[in-house]
Amino acid sequence: MGQDTDADLLVRLRAGDERAFVILVQRYHAAMFRLASSFVPNAAVAEEVVQDTWLGVLRGISGFEGRSSFRTWLFRILVNRARSTGERERRTVAIGDTGAAVAASRFDGSGAWLSPPEHWIEEVENRIEAGKLAGLVRTAIWDLPDRQRQVVTLRDIEGLTSEEVCGVLEISESNQRVLLHRGRSRLRQAIETQFGVPS
Amino acid sequence: MIRLRLRRRDLVCQQAVELVTDYLEGALSRADRRRYEAHLAGCPHCTEYLAQMRKTIELTGTLTTDDLTPQMQDEFIDLYRQWRTGQPGDEPPQP
Repeated sequence: MGQDTDADLLVRLRAGDERAFVILVQRYHAAMFRLASSFVPNAAVAEEVVQDTWLGVLRGISGFEGRSSFRTWLFRILVNRARSTGERERRTVAIGDTGAAVAASRFDGSGAWLSPPEHWIEEVENRIEAGKLAGLVRTAIWDLPDRQRQVVTLRDIEGLTSEEVCGVLEISESNQRVLLHRGRSRLRQAIETQFGVPS
Repeated sequence: MIRLRLRRRDLVCQQAVELVTDYLEGALSRADRRRYEAHLAGCPHCTEYLAQMRKTIELTGTLTTDDLTPQMQDEFIDLYRQWRTGQPGDEPPQP
């Protein structure tokens, strides 16, 4: 990844540097596509939303004052467009993410571990090729329920703060934490299922 | 009496795994954080579980962006050029 900051690239983009635009697109495309996909019914529509968002960025760039970070602004535009597109295309289910961090069957009647977490930290650090693990995590993120995927993408992949995520997705802090918790718990479980060895 | 009260307030593992994110986010009350940490001190499995959640977050954070295909890159360059040529010299009227 290049070392140019978003702010550097914005300066260049304002000056008409096409290359700066491509670098920004490249930098955020995966996250934008992942996020857009969680609002709309298929990949083609998600790509349209992403393109539409960049068009919105180009149109709005002269008015962007940098009071929020560029990526927060970008993701807000994306979410607004994806949401209105998604509402046209399908009715989203409400919360829908019930479920425990760990399956109840793994605890005994008193709530103590019956089938404790299998070990995998050492496994993934020593034995596994990074590529395979990255592929697994990526797939597991795709498999998350939409709202969990939105929060995990923004928080854990893109590194937004919880405050920024709440602003982008227009959800409360506690809602954000619940979704983050469920999403992360599922990812952990996916890694354990693949790489875990019984203690 | 005191002992009974304390016992009732002890966390079990099944509750502890649900507190991990609030713990990492600094969203637990001081009392809950103490209960959680007291549980960890006596429970290697929940300690392992917390370490795994931290590792999971770390792994998610190291995912690299997939490269755009050359075709997609071209599409975005087209998008940019179309926007550029559509730009009038004056302030564009915005709806």
